Amino acid sequence: MSKQASFRDNKKVSGELFTLTYGALVSQLVKDYESDEDVNRQLERMGYNIGVRLIEDFLARSNTGRCNDFRETADVISKQGFKTFLGITPQVTNWNAAGDEFSLIFESNPLAEFVELPEGHSNLWYSSLLVGVIKGALEMVQMEVDAAFVQDVLRGDTQTEMRVRFIKKLEDAVPVGEE
Amino acid sequence: VVRIPLGAKIRQVEIDGQMIDRIKACTKMTIYNLYIFDRNGICLYYHDWQRKKSSNLPRDEEQKLMYGMIFSLKSFVTRMSPMDTKDAFGSYRTSTYKLNYLEVPTGLKIVLNTDLNIGKIDDVLHEIYKIYVDYVVKNPLTEMGEPIESDLFVSKLNNYVQNQSIYF
Repeated sequence: MSKQASFRDNKKVSGELFTLTYGALVSQLVKDYESDEDVNRQLERMGYNIGVRLIEDFLARSNTGRCNDFRETADVISKQGFKTFLGITPQVTNWNAAGDEFSLIFESNPLAEFVELPEGHSNLWYSSLLVGVIKGALEMVQMEVDAAFVQDVLRGDTQTEMRVRFIKKLEDAVPVGEE
Repeated sequence: VVRIPLGAKIRQVEIDGQMIDRIKACTKMTIYNLYIFDRNGICLYYHDWQRKKSSNLPRDEEQKLMYGMIFSLKSFVTRMSPMDTKDAFGSYRTSTYKLNYLEVPTGLKIVLNTDLNIGKIDDVLHEIYKIYVDYVVKNPLTEMGEPIESDLFVSKLNNYVQNQSIYF
């Protein structure tokens, strides 16, 4: 098993391959769907399906326990989650007063490394997949959140920003016959 | 007399069967059986390696009973704890066996029954979780939340467990 374990850690693919594959996916979706909103929705749905599996991989690798509060969650997402899978550490900032909403600022976005949005796609949020991944992954650890990009350098904004809002804690399933 | 340290992989040492039996009798470390539950209490996988006594219950009843017990025990331990703790419940021992328990933040629960002579085996439980992640979660054809049918998973798991020094 130790051989297996070291193999797993070395299994890193080139980031470019991932970026280009993602680009091909988005451009295919843009062809397949008429509106940018539909493309966003599809990307988010795919991201969700990835997220619910990715969280298990993350936990198996990192041995991270349950988070005590949302601030800790934000920290783990940025410093461990993004670090592990994309090699970046988005900045956690803009907390609201209640502490249930924060922003992730992406100084670099590996998904959008070689991208220039063509004319006529002003409603496309290119990296929407990431929104779905966050929602899916957090849902698996009993946290319902809402997430959305609110700024994107691809659309001419000064920075890329994702807003994440905590909605509620999901309860554990109770076995039949227990209360 | 061949002296072998406790916990060494004795099956890899070439000695005659009689000797092996004697060593088994002395150290007596065993992994009995394994349950994997998902967050909804569905038993994803059950396997017994060395189980000498049946519960005389249908398989699904037994699994429900196990899940219910784990669930109640967890809530009991959390409530009765005089301090805040993160890992609520890790194991219990009876006079004949030890139940080892790991719960991952996603709600996946691994229950491994072993002999009493076994210490903390969190790393073994975590390694079983890794095998689950590698061969079930990463296989896009498996439905999450359905009992595991992947032969690859079963063989990797068997291979791993049977190669443990604590498995005789």
